[in-house]
Amino acid sequence: MKRLLQAVLVLLLVSLALFVMLRIVPGNPVAVLMGEHANEATIERLTAELGLDQPIHVQFFRYLGGAIRGDFGTSYSLGKPVSQLMGAAFVNTLLLALAAALFAWIVGGLCGLLAAIRKNSIPDRLFMGFSLLGISMPVFMVAMILQYVFGYWLHWLPISGVSDWRSFILPAIALGWNSAGSIARLVRSTLADTLEDDYIDTARAKGLSETAVIWRHALRNTMLPTVTMMALQLSGLLSGAVITETIFSINGIGRLAVQAINGRDIPLLQGTVLFATALVIFGNLIADLLYKVLDPRTRREVKE
Amino acid sequence: MKDALRRMIRANKLSLVSLIVIFLLILFSILAPWLTPYGEADMDLMHRLSPPSAEHLLGTDEAGRDVLTRLLYGSRVSLMVGIVPTLLSMVIGAVLGVTAGYLGGAVDSIIMRLADIVLAFPSMLLAMVIMYTLGDGLFNVFLTLTLMNWGTVARIARAETLKLKTIDYVEAARSIGMSKGRIIMRHILPNCIPTLIVLFTLNVPSAILTESALSFLGLGIQPPSASWGLMVNTGRQYLFNAPWLSFAPSGAIMLAVLSFNFLGDGLRDAIDPRLRRR
Amino acid sequence: MDEKLLEIEDLCVEFPTEKGKIRPVDRVSLEIRKGTITGLVGESGCGKSMTARAVMNLIKKPGKMTGGRILLEGRDLGQMGAKERRLLQGREISMIFQDPMSSLNPVMKAGKQVDEVIRLHEGADAGEARRRTIEMFAAVGIPDPERRYDAYPHELSGGLRQRVMIAMAMICKPKLLIADEPTTALDVTVEAQILELMEKLREGGTSILLISHNLGVIARMCEDVYVMYAGKVVEHAEVGALFAEPAHPYTKGLLRAVTSLREETAMLETIPGNVPQLYDLPPGCRFSNRCAFATERCRADEPALRDLGGRECACFLEDRG
Repeated sequence: MKRLLQAVLVLLLVSLALFVMLRIVPGNPVAVLMGEHANEATIERLTAELGLDQPIHVQFFRYLGGAIRGDFGTSYSLGKPVSQLMGAAFVNTLLLALAAALFAWIVGGLCGLLAAIRKNSIPDRLFMGFSLLGISMPVFMVAMILQYVFGYWLHWLPISGVSDWRSFILPAIALGWNSAGSIARLVRSTLADTLEDDYIDTARAKGLSETAVIWRHALRNTMLPTVTMMALQLSGLLSGAVITETIFSINGIGRLAVQAINGRDIPLLQGTVLFATALVIFGNLIADLLYKVLDPRTRREVKE
Repeated sequence: MKDALRRMIRANKLSLVSLIVIFLLILFSILAPWLTPYGEADMDLMHRLSPPSAEHLLGTDEAGRDVLTRLLYGSRVSLMVGIVPTLLSMVIGAVLGVTAGYLGGAVDSIIMRLADIVLAFPSMLLAMVIMYTLGDGLFNVFLTLTLMNWGTVARIARAETLKLKTIDYVEAARSIGMSKGRIIMRHILPNCIPTLIVLFTLNVPSAILTESALSFLGLGIQPPSASWGLMVNTGRQYLFNAPWLSFAPSGAIMLAVLSFNFLGDGLRDAIDPRLRRR
Repeated sequence: MDEKLLEIEDLCVEFPTEKGKIRPVDRVSLEIRKGTITGLVGESGCGKSMTARAVMNLIKKPGKMTGGRILLEGRDLGQMGAKERRLLQGREISMIFQDPMSSLNPVMKAGKQVDEVIRLHEGADAGEARRRTIEMFAAVGIPDPERRYDAYPHELSGGLRQRVMIAMAMICKPKLLIADEPTTALDVTVEAQILELMEKLREGGTSILLISHNLGVIARMCEDVYVMYAGKVVEHAEVGALFAEPAHPYTKGLLRAVTSLREETAMLETIPGNVPQLYDLPPGCRFSNRCAFATERCRADEPALRDLGGRECACFLEDRG
């Protein structure tokens, strides 16, 4: 409960900070938008219409009030309500992020697992080499290589737009690439450490096969720190989505934010950034709760 | 610290190689004008978009400029933008974090709330918003990166401080009446330094990547200055007929990021045994 | 009841290190007879735990068993197929470890960890396994066994955890139980209870190899004692004879150190010097650098275990009469 309140507080502060940052840009945004040929009267009228002539705290509370009701204003550059634009975009970003996370967890997890059980051998070094490639290649590099190889060269997969489920494959790989690398490293080191623990000896002493030892005893203990990493990953995925969606021309929250900046579209920018940040804040909260559920040691202890 | 470095070098050959690579990268960027026969803006419109060859080791770009030359000049920006803001954010973050940890109470709450706000944003979005507010250009990129990174540093510095606060010699210093400021400067900060140095080497890659992403989106460094990220962006239009335009700077970014990561890992392993090894 | 249950012949375990190969277990031989509690005593690092782990095939890489044989009722464990050997564990030989907190899986309920053993070796289903585990809990003296079945290790006290480990080890009624410092991590009162429990197990027909550095525990529990030092067995005798008349100078030193605690002496007796490092062993007897009776011969040649009529000792002292 306390965490929830803290999360809401942070979110409020975040929206305030965002609001202020976007408003201290000098100049009247309406004037900028209308270009050089607008006349004074029209500018003044529009400014009043949009409520931009009010003092800043009034504007903020009006915004908050609207936000709670789901109204994030109207986009300057695209003319539609921000919430409507975000709704459509959110679905794409969500699908992309989920696909990327799936890729990252499966590939990263497998690499880390296989590396840990054959520690210090050739497969280990190979998998860890891959993971290094994972964390050091910039998103755009992976994206463009994938486009070049699978789109241009081999013509196997679509490289732009959203036509069907296959459009998500390359972007998901590009977006998940970094995470896969981090997960692989974390899984390997955690699993390798876990396999040195005493209760693993006990499990082996009971006669369990190596597979059972790893699957039933080691992995559950390995999951705990990896779950905490999930929280950080969400933030990273949303960040990476900005680039991935731009390169693959997918209409998602990230690309919307870029469009907002290019169009000097404050409501749109504000809406997208606020939305994404809220996702991260609540994602972290859920990850914390998940950890509590998975680790019995954090539940209340019953003393004998 | 010195013996940690020595330990690392002995144990981890890869870290040593990365240290050398980083050193060379910095050296090359400084010596750029002397390393290449071409000027930074020399155009050769007869040979636009030519693939790597003996004369142009990494080919030429859309204006006929030698890619390798642009890479070298671009490294100045990209490396500086990776290192300097990270350093600054280290200093700011360390001071704020240690102060928050040591003084506790309201000061702690305020500083940590500020850090929470900064850390709640997905990094690219935060960078984009700040750049929007400040406007684009090199200086503002510096500022943005500094503002983004101090949060993690502050959190870690605060955690270290909390641990150190209760260590015996700090209590002893307090009992003889040493002022808070002096205790912070003489006992707490120096003990945070090894962790902070490791953090520094591991944060530089993310700064380099953020700048290149920003420039890639057209929101960071602007032409005619060159940065690796910007080069990737311009190269993108020619991805299919002149892929080297994008892949050369991407590769350079990757090299820098890898090296700093290896170095950071090696340093961390060298320092950690004091604290962690079973 | 003089049948041999376990025979270890010339066991060697090697570990590669930066300073060369070391042998924490160097040609160790011992026998455990059915229905007895046999003690293996020595200070930390002498190789006793490693010997036990060799029997259970639990030696951590990069170490491995490099020589000797281990025979369970005449069967050579080294000649068995991997699966056959693995299935012996938990069913015919079991082991319990020193620290029950770290030896139990912290995220798994206690009862389930015991269930695993019967489900694996006897194919029991979940319901039957649970029933038998609760029975076993009661048998090893765990109060309120049904509630404790669902408890996590951190919710139990040290003594209870060790009982859970014993339940786990005994549920398939193994012939041999290896207990590696079972009470070292426990309070003295709890220790007494656990030892009592172990005596009951022996009465039930299980033979026990009890490993400890605590001479008091060994004296109380064992019929037969092996003393190890720096990777080798230096003395083997019946418990009474060992404590009354130790033959090897090391054993003598150990006993003196313990009894000096009880007597009203001004000085605590210790054995001077240090245990030699395994990569830096003297050519002769490994105890020679600390032995009050050492001679040139001791420093040059390694004494083998020789039979002294019902007991064995690896020392040249006896030659001098």
